[in-house]
Amino acid sequence: MPELMQFFLSGITVGAVYALVALGFTIIYNASDVVNFAQGEFVMLGGMITVFAFEAGLPLPLAALIAILGTAVIGVALNRLAIEPARGAPVVSLIIITIGASIFIRGVTQIVFDKQIHRFPAFSGDAPIAVGGATILPQSLWVIAGALAVFIGLWLFFTRTLVGRAVLATANNRIAAQLVGINTKFIMTLSFAMSAAIGALAGVLVTPITLTSYDIGISLALKGFAAAMLGGMGNPKGALVGGLLLGILEAMTAGYISSQYKDAAAFVVILAVLFAMPQGLFGRKQTDRV
Amino acid sequence: MRLSSKTITLLGLAVVIAIAPVFFPSSFYYRVGSLIFVNGLAVTGLVILIGYAGQISLGHAGFAGIGAYACALAPVHFGLHPALAAVLGAVLSGIIAWLVGRPILRLKGYYLAVASLGFGVLVSMVLANEAAITGGPDGMAVEDPGLRGALKAIGIDLSNTEFWYAFSGLILVIGAWLALNLYHSPTGRALRALHGSEVAARAVGIDVAGYKLKAFVISAVYASVSGSLLALQNKFITPDVAGFMHSIEMVTMTVLGGAGSVIGAILGAAILTILPQILTVFQEYEQLLLGLVMMLVMIFMRDGLLPSIARRLRRGGE
Amino acid sequence: MSLLQIEGLGIDFGGLRAVNDVSFSLKAGEIVSVIGPNGAGKTTLFNMISGVYLPGRGKVMLDGEDVTRLSPHLLARRGLSRTFQNLQIFHAMTVLENAVVGHHLHERGNILADLLSLPASRRSSRESEESARRLLDRVGLGRAAEQEAGSLSYGALKRLEIARALALKPRVLLLDEPAAGCNAVETEEIDHLIAQMAAEGISILLVEHDMKMVMRISNHIVVLDHGEKIAEGEPAAIARNPRVIEAYLGAQATEANHADG
Repeated sequence: MPELMQFFLSGITVGAVYALVALGFTIIYNASDVVNFAQGEFVMLGGMITVFAFEAGLPLPLAALIAILGTAVIGVALNRLAIEPARGAPVVSLIIITIGASIFIRGVTQIVFDKQIHRFPAFSGDAPIAVGGATILPQSLWVIAGALAVFIGLWLFFTRTLVGRAVLATANNRIAAQLVGINTKFIMTLSFAMSAAIGALAGVLVTPITLTSYDIGISLALKGFAAAMLGGMGNPKGALVGGLLLGILEAMTAGYISSQYKDAAAFVVILAVLFAMPQGLFGRKQTDRV
Repeated sequence: MRLSSKTITLLGLAVVIAIAPVFFPSSFYYRVGSLIFVNGLAVTGLVILIGYAGQISLGHAGFAGIGAYACALAPVHFGLHPALAAVLGAVLSGIIAWLVGRPILRLKGYYLAVASLGFGVLVSMVLANEAAITGGPDGMAVEDPGLRGALKAIGIDLSNTEFWYAFSGLILVIGAWLALNLYHSPTGRALRALHGSEVAARAVGIDVAGYKLKAFVISAVYASVSGSLLALQNKFITPDVAGFMHSIEMVTMTVLGGAGSVIGAILGAAILTILPQILTVFQEYEQLLLGLVMMLVMIFMRDGLLPSIARRLRRGGE
Repeated sequence: MSLLQIEGLGIDFGGLRAVNDVSFSLKAGEIVSVIGPNGAGKTTLFNMISGVYLPGRGKVMLDGEDVTRLSPHLLARRGLSRTFQNLQIFHAMTVLENAVVGHHLHERGNILADLLSLPASRRSSRESEESARRLLDRVGLGRAAEQEAGSLSYGALKRLEIARALALKPRVLLLDEPAAGCNAVETEEIDHLIAQMAAEGISILLVEHDMKMVMRISNHIVVLDHGEKIAEGEPAAIARNPRVIEAYLGAQATEANHADG
C-alpha cells in the first residue's frame, strides 16, 4: 500500500492548489456571475513576484506578503478596468475578456520579469517526512494547510461577518442587495481582491515544489475551472472537494494508468459527472420561470 | 432584378478574394490570405453554433484536429487520397460531434463551456500522446493531394501559395454560401428561435435538443474541413491544431467580428490572423497587445466589430 | 367527446402543494377560463398541461391519447399550442420571422435542402411567410412585419404571441393572460379574436384577470384557489357562487369588484 499512499499524498498536494484556484473562481462567480479565466495568472503572479522580491534581497515572508498584496491590487484593477465595464455582456464575451486579460497579464509578466523558470527555497526545508510508508515534503504540508486555512477562513467570513453575509446576499440577488443598502460595487472589489490574494497565496505555497514561470497560469486556470464545475459552480464546499478530488484522480491516473494521460482523467471524470448531474456535485438546480 | 443581401454579401466576399492579390507585394501575402480563409471557414461554422443557436464551444479545435489528422493518417494507413481523407475526416467529425453533442448540449452556459473544453483537451491529448501513430508533439508530414498538378494538366499553372490561396478562398465562399442559405431557412430560423427563447421554441414544436445537435454537427464539419485545409497546405501538422488555444482563437475570431453575421466573423478571422503577423515586429509585446485587443473589443463593442460599426454608421446617417 | 381532458393533475414544489387534484375538460370550439386569485396555481397548471413542468400526479388526455409526460414540442405536434404570461418573444428576430417560426411544424424540407437553399426549402419558407403575413394582419400587426420584435409595445407583443401560436394551426390553444397590459381597445380586439378562433373550432383554455372579458366570452369557468379547484360551471353560476366570492374577497377584494362589475 505505500505506493497508493504516495500517490494519495502527491494528489492531495496538487489538489489543494486546484482547490485554492477553484475557491478563487467561486468567490468571483458568486459576486459577479463571471468565470474569471485569468484566475491562474494570479497563482503565477504570486510565485513570480515573490521570486523577484526575494532575489532583490527581501526576506521571504515579506516578499510573499508583497506578492499577495500586489496581486490583490491587480485583481481589483482587473475588475475595475475590464469586468465592470462589461457588466451584462453575454457569457461568450466574458470568457473572451477574461482570457484576453490572462494573455495580457502573461504578456506583461514576460516583459517586466522574464521567461525563465524560477523557484525559491521551501519554508521548512526539503527533508521528506515519512507518512504510512510513503513520504511527503514539508512544503506539501504548507500547501494543504494553506488550502484548509483559506477554506475555514472563508467559511467564517461568509457565515460570521456582516460583510461576508453581504457578499452572499449579493450573490443571491444583486438588485435586492442594492435595495437593502449593500454597496455591491464594493462587494465586487472585495471579491476580486480576495480571489486574487488566494490565487497568489497558492502560488507562494506551491512554487518551491512545482517551480514557476510566466506561462503556468492557463493550465492552472483550466484545472481550477474544471474543479469548480465538478463541485458545482458557486459552492465553496464544492470547490474544495472538487479540487482535492481532481488532484487525487490525476495522481492515481499518473501512478496506475499513464502519466501522459493524467490530464485526460480529470476531464473524463468531469464529462461523466456533468452527464449524470448537469449542475455538478453540489450545484443548485435551476428552473426557468415562464 | 434586385439582388438579395445574401447575393451581395457573397459577391463582395468573392470579389475581395479575387482582387486582393493585385495589392500583394510578395507571395508571402498569399500565404496569409489562405490562412485567413482557413480560419474564416472554421469561424463560419461557429457562427452557426454561437451566433445562430447561441451555444458555446471551447473545444472546436478538437474537430479541426480530427480533420487535420485524417489528412495526415488516412493516406498512410489506408492508402486513401488526401482529398478523400479530408472528406472522411469531415464525416468522422460529424459522427463524433453527434455522439458527443447529445449529452453535452443538455448543459448550459459555463457548464457547456467546460464540457466542450474537456472534449477538445481529450482530442489534443490523444494526438500528442499516441506518438506511434500521430508522431506525437513533433507532428507529422502530410501528403500533397496533387490538385495543383491536376490544374497544371489543364493549363492552369499556379505557384503553391497561389493555388492554396485560390482553393481555400473558393471553399470559404462555398462555406459562407451554405451558412447564409441556412440563416433564412426553416432550420436557421429554428436555431435563432431557440437562441431567443428555448421555452417558446419548444412551444411552437421545435425539437430544441435536436436542433442544437444539428448546429453542433454542422459547425464540427466546418472546423474539420478547416483543419484538413490547414494540414494539406502546410504539408505538416502538429497536435497544436487541436489545442485549447486554437479553440479559444476560433471563438475569439467569431465573437470579435460579430458572431451573428458570417461576414463579421470572417472579418474577425482576418484581423486575428493578420494581427500576430504585424505584432511579430513588436516581438515581446505580441501577447500583451493581443490580450489588450481581445479585452477592448469585447468591452466597447459587445456585439462584435462589424455589427457595432454598422450600428454606429446607421445612427450617424440618420 | 372532450378534446382535452385533465384528470387529477397536481404538482409539489419542495413540499408545497402548488396544484392539487385539478380535473376538467374542454370540447372542440369551447372557451374555458381558469380564474383564481394571484398565486392560485393557474400558470403552474398551464405549465403542466403544456409540458413545461412534469406533473407529479394526474393525467392529461389529448383527443383520447395520454400525453401527460410528453415534452412541449411533441405536444405542439399533436396540436397543442400556447402563449406565455411572461412574454417569450424571439427578440432578435423580426416580427414577421417570429410569426414564421410558428409554422415550423408545417415546414417541409431538411437540413441539406436548407443548406443548399434547394427549391423545396425556399418554397416552404415562402409559404410560411405568406401565411405569417396573413396572421399578422389578423392580429393587427401587418404593418410592423419588418420591425425587430424587441421594438414592439407590450400589448403588441401579446398579439404577436397569439399570431405565432395560431401559426401552428392548433386544435387546443392555451392563452396565459392575453389581455394583460393592453388598453381597452386592444382588449376588445383580443376578445373578438378569441371568439373568432373558437368559432373556427379551436378549443381555447384561458387564464385572464379581466373578469368582464372572462364572463363575456367563456363557455365554462374553472376556479382555482390555493392550487385546488373550488368551483366550476357557467359564467353566471360562477359569479353567484359563494365559495368563489369568498376566495376573491378573502384574497383580493379589488379583483372581486371586477368580478361583480
